[in-house]
Amino acid sequence: MIEVKNLTKRYGSHCAVNDISFRVEEGEILGFLGPNGAGKSTTMNILTGYLSATEGTVTINGHDILDEPNEAKASIGYLPELPPLYLDMTVREYLDFVFDLKKCKFNRAKHIAEICKLMRIDHVYHRLIKNLSKGYRQRVGFAQALIGNPPVLILDEPTVGLDPKQIIEIRTLIKNLGKHHTVILSSHILPEIEAVCDRIVIINNGEIVADDTAEDLSAKYSSDRRMLARIAGPEKDVLPLLKSIHGIADVAVLGEKEPDVIEYALEPNDGADFRKELFAALAKAGRPLVGLKSMEMSLEEIFISLTREARSATIQKGGND
Amino acid sequence: MSAIFKRELKSYFTSPIGYAALAIILFLAGDAFHMIMYYGVADLSYVYSNMLTFVLLLVLPILTMRLLSDEKRQKTDQALFTAPVSLGGIVVGKYLAALLLFVIGVSITLVFAVVLAAAGAEVNWMHTVGNYLGLLMLGGVIITIGLLISSLTENQFIAALGTFLVSLSMLMIDSIASMTTNSVVIAVVNFLSVNARYNNFTSGVIQYDDIIFFLSMQALFLFLTVRIMDRKRWN
Repeated sequence: MIEVKNLTKRYGSHCAVNDISFRVEEGEILGFLGPNGAGKSTTMNILTGYLSATEGTVTINGHDILDEPNEAKASIGYLPELPPLYLDMTVREYLDFVFDLKKCKFNRAKHIAEICKLMRIDHVYHRLIKNLSKGYRQRVGFAQALIGNPPVLILDEPTVGLDPKQIIEIRTLIKNLGKHHTVILSSHILPEIEAVCDRIVIINNGEIVADDTAEDLSAKYSSDRRMLARIAGPEKDVLPLLKSIHGIADVAVLGEKEPDVIEYALEPNDGADFRKELFAALAKAGRPLVGLKSMEMSLEEIFISLTREARSATIQKGGND
Repeated sequence: MSAIFKRELKSYFTSPIGYAALAIILFLAGDAFHMIMYYGVADLSYVYSNMLTFVLLLVLPILTMRLLSDEKRQKTDQALFTAPVSLGGIVVGKYLAALLLFVIGVSITLVFAVVLAAAGAEVNWMHTVGNYLGLLMLGGVIITIGLLISSLTENQFIAALGTFLVSLSMLMIDSIASMTTNSVVIAVVNFLSVNARYNNFTSGVIQYDDIIFFLSMQALFLFLTVRIMDRKRWN
């Protein structure tokens, strides 16, 4: 559906996007994750034909964005970072204009009414966009992207400026749209990407540092299963006990979390599963285990470690030059 | 193209710009017509020369200043350039909207010629037609200059000022010829002279090569505007 090959964008000597390639299949929701300035918006602007790439190709629905721009653009609905709204128009006039601009063939009144209902902007339909709140403006921008029912939706931080209730609404909406559309969604909010997307591409300094599903990312980057254990009883009795367990390589004491209950972080020996051994040892010593959970790396930690790795790699590279 | 054209035309009248432009045109033309009545002459050339100096140089920069600069400032260009419309279509749509508003404003002054004719004065219709055609031609050139300059900046005021200065210099280019004796320079200036060609129209002499000259100037500026917008996507 969307194919990006060796995309590079340079501004003078500054490289905003460096040789990135990825594919998005039909009906997939791809999350585009990265810190501010990573190249998310630049990539999206190139995908939609707003900017031209220095090198590389973008194919949307089989049409190259440079060779057949009109066919490619006709299959994209784009919500940029700042919704492209004419403040001096009413919502109605604006959506009418977009309908004409995209040369839609649907029944105008019906199509626009459906979208307004979906985006819940029908009650501000006759108001000037200038007078709308940021949340409503964002939704009008979203409505604009949906006009013409394009098979591909490219959404640059669609939930920015919305309140928590609206954010949940929009996420549900994107999930529903993802059933019939191919969606690329960018965000720097990890839970959002985790909640909505089938696949995640992490981009940092213009390069892709990871491309996988959320579960696979977690599994891949938390292979050493560290555990958090809460054990009742004084530290001086429990600590030697823990250290005596075969599968545990290292123990860190995290302090008293409940009255008379101390939390420990347990580092396994070569990824060993020490849970049964732990339980048996504690039961034998009469020390109740009141809680045990795996310290699976959250997407957030993966993201931070990935972007940090990339940064230190670039610093090293720069140092060698 | 038609969507852009409609939107621009409408937006002239949702902001004060369209009304202000029409009001200025009508005020200046009305004032000039009043002077003609006052002195009892039936020659409308005074009305037209007012049109030339004030309307073309003051009103047109205002009509064109925000055409492209504002799109960039408000980031609405992201909607236009990602829609299945060519850059040329966007530019021409905007050009036609400004041109139509200008034509509406100027055509209202046709009423003066009709009034004079109805009052029994002898109106030279060839002059009248020539004047309107000349205004249309020269106005079109200034609109395309305005469009070009508006594509270069995000600031409306700079766009208007730039258009005014460039247009003014264009109308004053003849004076270079009188400052030099170099025959090549004189020949070039005479060829490029917008004034000389405009004066052909106002004296009722309508020639193909003048029309082609003005139309190709407009085409050139429109083309340059499209090139500049396209270039921006690469940088």
